[in-house]
Amino acid sequence: MEVQFELNGKTVRTEVEAGALLLDVLRELGCYSVKCGCETTNCGLCTVWVDGTPRLSCSILAAAIQGKAVTTLEGLQEEAARFGAYLAAEGAEQCGYCSPGFIMNVLAMERELCASGHCPDREEIREYLAGNLCRCTGYAGQMRAVEKYLRERRG
Amino acid sequence: MITVKNYVKPDTLEEAYELNQKRANRVIGGMMWVRMGRGNVNTVIDLSGLGLDQITESETDIHIGCMCTLRQLETDRRLAEEFGDFFRECTRHIVGVQFRNGATVGGSIFGRYGFSDILTAFLVLDTRVKLYKKGIVPLSEFVRMERDRDILEELIVAKDGRKAVYLSERRSQTDFPVLTCAASEKDGKAVLAIGARPMKAESVETTLEGMEDAADTFPYGSNMRGSSEYRRHLGRVLAGRAKKALEEENV
Repeated sequence: MEVQFELNGKTVRTEVEAGALLLDVLRELGCYSVKCGCETTNCGLCTVWVDGTPRLSCSILAAAIQGKAVTTLEGLQEEAARFGAYLAAEGAEQCGYCSPGFIMNVLAMERELCASGHCPDREEIREYLAGNLCRCTGYAGQMRAVEKYLRERRG
Repeated sequence: MITVKNYVKPDTLEEAYELNQKRANRVIGGMMWVRMGRGNVNTVIDLSGLGLDQITESETDIHIGCMCTLRQLETDRRLAEEFGDFFRECTRHIVGVQFRNGATVGGSIFGRYGFSDILTAFLVLDTRVKLYKKGIVPLSEFVRMERDRDILEELIVAKDGRKAVYLSERRSQTDFPVLTCAASEKDGKAVLAIGARPMKAESVETTLEGMEDAADTFPYGSNMRGSSEYRRHLGRVLAGRAKKALEEENV
C-alpha cells in the first residue's frame, strides 16, 4: 500500500507492506539515526516525533502514519548539534549508539516542559528521560549536559 | 513479532466491529503490546480514525476515549482536578514518555493484563466501560467477563468526589510492577484493588480500618519478580500506606 506523509518537512510518498514498522521505513528512506536497540519497546533508541510528539517508531505501523508529520534527528541537525556539543563537553558519550534517540527526547522535553519559561528540576528531567536507556554509562554526564543546556538556553 | 497482511482504518465503529468478528483480525490499540506478540494477523484494525482519542467531561462524569494515550491520562487537567495525583502516579512509572505517548487506555483495559497499573487504578473509581454491542457495564464486571470480540469505545468515570490513592512496588524504575495497589474512600466506604499478583487486578469493598485485612483476601502468586509470600506481605504494606494517605487526605 502507498503512504504519504511529511518527513522532516518534505512530502514523502512510499510503498509499504501492511505490517511494516515506521522504524524500518524511515531507515529505508535514509534516516539512519533511527535505530532499534531492544526489540522489547523500552529502550528509546527509535524515538522520532509524530506531529511533534515523541514516539517509539518501533511500535507504529508505517501505514498508520498517512497524513502525519514525522521528524527525525536528520531534520533537526542544527539543534541536535547544539545539544550534542554539551554532551561531548561533559564526556557523556561513549559508544554513542543511543544518542540520536536521547537527543530527540531531550529536545521534545525542552519543547513540552519549558514552553512557559519553566526550567524542569533534576527529578522532572529524570522522569521525562527514563525511557532512554544507555548501556555504557551511568547517565551522570548526560544529566550534567541536559542541566547545563537547559540552564544556558533558558536562563 | 506479528506478521500482518492488511491494514484497515475504519470510518465507523460498525465497520470496526464487523472486521473484528473474524478471529484472524485484530484491533491494535497503541500497538505497544500487540507488537510483542507472535503469530499472523490477517487484518489489523486501527481505531484512530474514529475520534475516540479525547477526554471529555459532563456534569457527572469524565469520558475517556479508548484511543486516549496513557500520557493523556497523566497530564489531563480535569482528571487532576478531580483525582489529584492519582492518574499521574499510576502512569508515570510505565516505561517512558515515548511509550506512554503510544500506549492507549483502551488497550490497557481491554487486554486485562495481569501487570496493568491502569486496570488497578480504574477499579477503585466508579468506572464503567462502554462496549459497542454490549453497552455500558461496570469495570469490576468487565474484568471478570470472558474476552470477546466487542469493541471498547470509552471509559466513563463518575465525578463523585471520592479520594483515591495509587501505589506500586517495582524492582527498578520503569520496570513491570511487582505489585500494584489502588484505594479510594468516600463517606466511610472504601475500595481496594490489588494487581500484578501476578494476575489481573480485582477490587474489594472495605473500610479504611479494614484495608490491610482486605489485602489478605486476594490470592497471590509467584514469578521471577517475587514470591507469593513476598507479594502477600507487600499487599498489606501498600494497603496500609494507602489507608494512611487517605486518612491524612494526603492524596
